[in-house]
Amino acid sequence: MNPDALAPPPPIEVRGLVKRYGDLTAVAGVDLTVDVGDVYGYLGPNGAGKTTSLRMMLGLIRPTAGTVRLFGRDPMLSVDALNGVAGFVEAPTFYPYLNGRRNLELLAAFDGGDAPTRIDRALETVELADRARDRVGGYSHGMRQRLGIAAALLRNPKLLLLDEPATGLDPAGMRDMRVLIRRLADQGMTVLLSSHLLTEVEEVCNRVAIVRSGSIVYEGEIAALKRGAGTSYRLETTDDERALAVCRAQPGISDVRRQHDKISFVADEPAAAELSQALVEAGALIRAMAPQTVTLEDLFFSLTEGSGDPRATPPAQEQTAESVR
Amino acid sequence: MNPGVMTVYRWELTKLRYQKRTYLGLGAAVLVPILFVVATHFRHRGPDDVPFGSYITRSGLAIPLVILLFGAVWMFPLITALVAGDIFASEDHNGTLKTIFTRSLERGQIFMGKTLAASTYAIVAILLCGTVAVIAGSIQSGFNPLQSLSGTIVSAPKALELVYVSLLVYLIPIAAIVCIGLLLSSITRNSAAAVVGTLMVSLVIQLIGILPGLTGLQPYLLSTQFSAWQGLLRTPIDWAPIVRAAWVCALYGLPALAAAYLVFLRRDVAGG
Repeated sequence: MNPDALAPPPPIEVRGLVKRYGDLTAVAGVDLTVDVGDVYGYLGPNGAGKTTSLRMMLGLIRPTAGTVRLFGRDPMLSVDALNGVAGFVEAPTFYPYLNGRRNLELLAAFDGGDAPTRIDRALETVELADRARDRVGGYSHGMRQRLGIAAALLRNPKLLLLDEPATGLDPAGMRDMRVLIRRLADQGMTVLLSSHLLTEVEEVCNRVAIVRSGSIVYEGEIAALKRGAGTSYRLETTDDERALAVCRAQPGISDVRRQHDKISFVADEPAAAELSQALVEAGALIRAMAPQTVTLEDLFFSLTEGSGDPRATPPAQEQTAESVR
Repeated sequence: MNPGVMTVYRWELTKLRYQKRTYLGLGAAVLVPILFVVATHFRHRGPDDVPFGSYITRSGLAIPLVILLFGAVWMFPLITALVAGDIFASEDHNGTLKTIFTRSLERGQIFMGKTLAASTYAIVAILLCGTVAVIAGSIQSGFNPLQSLSGTIVSAPKALELVYVSLLVYLIPIAAIVCIGLLLSSITRNSAAAVVGTLMVSLVIQLIGILPGLTGLQPYLLSTQFSAWQGLLRTPIDWAPIVRAAWVCALYGLPALAAAYLVFLRRDVAGG
């Protein structure tokens, strides 16, 4: 018997997801899988199609093509597919003329079951209990974000989809949001977090999908992405113009950039050694060549702004589980 | 407890309690009959050119009937449109469709609950207006027998009963207006446009009725059905205009309601 047939379906399974608006393709064939326990970062610049993808995952808009399955169920067929699923896209929204508690009471009534019994706890979790009787119209952006999390918690979700949850928050609010998401994940919740805040994703997520122009250019573990990225070096020479030309021509050197009086590039150790020899032979003497720590931000920009450099990929043997497109 | 249509209905009514537009419409439904009675008090006579106009100084029960006639032009369509035209569009305005669509209710249940709430509001507005008119009219002109359109005298209690049945018959074209308001609310996603649009539809239909050469359409116009209740005030009761109002209004209302339902069911929630 095929063991996969017995395995429960993953919280999110997206295949070939496409959304077109006339000539504009907002989402172009997204594939991703979020497994139980993942805190999954969905990364991309503004306009990359993250929010559109999330809307399709929540059944708010119809895909032009492709499928979404939440725990194996299609959210376009029935709202039952959202059982155990909660979250928000863009800023969470509420009725401004009702107070926070009344909004949650409405949503809990719409959820049914024992959702109404979770209102107090949800308000305490997001530290809004003392403002719950105030009209939402008077809430700050941060308070609405927290109320959005509270509204999600009413459903006692196993899967939480959050779209830019820290956007518009002050630094303390962003920190609190990260702590809250981490705490929810530690309680066993699977989280998909759409964001363009790379430090946020790097801090709380274990896996990411990086999306560019509606397509995913990387999906997998952050650690694997970093391992596969090679090492970034910073180079200073006596003749930067010549050095730049040598770097670009040298095999094994990628993502070559000039930054003021320095050059940065990505290479593994043997390629860097060969480069140093090539620079000397070309007459560009090395003043300094130091390896840099690769951050998710570096990788993100190389994947979303550059040519999607293949060096910024995980090792080949890992590509069965983590794919590069 | 599993949520359903009645869950949405109850919460829509709760939301209406917290919105200014609710009180704007209901306030008008209360104020207009009072102002009408005050004007009658100082004028000492009613409008002679409309049915029951000349009776309003003799029986307060004529006043709600005259208000029904005048209210058909724009007041009741406007009051109805204030909520029906807003009930879906305000969700777009507040960006809350995505909030409620990601809970445990099907879109169809949400649609039905909202439709019931908009209809309830219209019913309350009409009955409130009628009740205020009966009370204010009876204070002004007395709780006296009423002369029917056939010339017979109807006792005051019987006339009161007929007034309330007339209000119910008046709800037939109002229901069609609710449906048109719901359709425009669903399509335009803009509260002001839907409210004004609903009122304009009502006014345009009335204008069609007075265009030369189109008088043959008169019995099939929505505006004509606002007079169907007059059949109740004849001896014997003339049911023909009431039956016609039922099917003519269904022809206006049901396609609009079905279209609104389909738009609401199938729409992408891409904004908010």
